[in-house]
Amino acid sequence: MAGVSVGLTAWAFMTGVAMINSGMSTVEALAMTLLVFAGSAQLATIPLIAGAAPMWVILATAMCVNLRFVVFSLHLRQYFIYMPRLKRLVLGYSTGDLTYVLFVKRFPKSPVTEQARRAQLAYLWGGNSINWVFWQSASIAGIFLGSAIPPGWGLAFAATLALLALTCALATTWLRGLAAVLAGIVACLTYTLPLRLNIVVGIAVAVAVCMLLEPKKKDVSTPLRSK
Amino acid sequence: MSGTDLWTLLVIVGLTATTVIARCFFFLSNKEWPLPAWAGRGLQYAPIAALGAVIAPELAFSGGQFSLSWTDARVWAALAAAAFVFWRKHTGYAMPGAIAVGMAIYLPLHLALGW
Repeated sequence: MAGVSVGLTAWAFMTGVAMINSGMSTVEALAMTLLVFAGSAQLATIPLIAGAAPMWVILATAMCVNLRFVVFSLHLRQYFIYMPRLKRLVLGYSTGDLTYVLFVKRFPKSPVTEQARRAQLAYLWGGNSINWVFWQSASIAGIFLGSAIPPGWGLAFAATLALLALTCALATTWLRGLAAVLAGIVACLTYTLPLRLNIVVGIAVAVAVCMLLEPKKKDVSTPLRSK
Repeated sequence: MSGTDLWTLLVIVGLTATTVIARCFFFLSNKEWPLPAWAGRGLQYAPIAALGAVIAPELAFSGGQFSLSWTDARVWAALAAAAFVFWRKHTGYAMPGAIAVGMAIYLPLHLALGW
C-alpha cells in the first residue's frame, strides 16, 4: 500500500508538471486537474492540446485511454444500481483505478442487506476522499513547482516516461503488447497526416489487427449451419 | 506560459465529460443492456493502442522531423524505463521507479552530452 501511495503521488505530481510545462496557464492546469481528474487521459492529451489538435481527436484519444473504466463500470453496476442516478454518477466519477481495485478486492460481492450497502458505501467514500486529497495536492504541487524548473532540463520528458511505464504495465498479454507496438509504428508512419489524425489511424489499425489475430473461441450457442 | 483561452477550457469541459461517461458507462441508464462480444474484445486493446499511438511519435519525432537515432537520450531512457517495468512488474513502485530510472539515464545524456 505504501508503494502504491508513493506511485500515486509521483504520478499526480508529474501530471501537474507536464500540464504547466506544456504551456497551459495556471488557471487551465488547475481546472484540468480539479475537473478532469484522470491522470493517464490528461497525460495523453496534454501534447495534443499543446499542438492544438481538433477537439474531437483530443476527446477520442481521452475516451480510448479511459476505456478501461468502461470495463470497471460494467463490474460496478451491480454494486451501484440501487442508488438514485445522480448519486451513482458522483460515486462513479470519483472512483479511479486504485480505489476500484481496492474496493472490489475488499467486497467481492454486491451488497444484499441494508447494512452491507452502508458498509460498502462508507469504505468507498473513505477511499475515494483520501485518494482525491492525495491526488489533487500532489498535482497542484506539480503545477506550482513545475513552473520553477527550467524547461531546458527537459523534465517534460518524464511525462512521456510515465505514459510509457503505464503502457508496459498494461501489456499483460502478447496481443496487447502488439497493439501498443503496432499503434506506435502506424502513428509514426502516418505522422504527416493533418489534425493529428495519425493517432486515430494508429489506434484503429492496431485494434482491428489484434481482433483479427485473436484466437477464435468456439461458440457453441450458434452452431454452424450445414449448407 | 500563455494566457487562459476559451478553447482550452472547452476541451477541459469535454475531457471532464469523457471521465464521467467512461467511469459510469454501464450505470448511466437504469436499463441493463449487454455488451456486444466484438465491443468486449475491442476494449482489450483500445487503451493500450491509444497510449502507444501517443507515445511513439513523442519519442521518434522532434520539432516535426523524424529524429530517431542512437544518439538520442530519449531512446535510451525509454528502453531503460520499459525494462524496469517488466523487471519489477508486480511491485507498487514499478511505475515511479521506471520514471526515476528513465530520467537518471536521460538527464546526464541530455544535459552533459547534448543528445
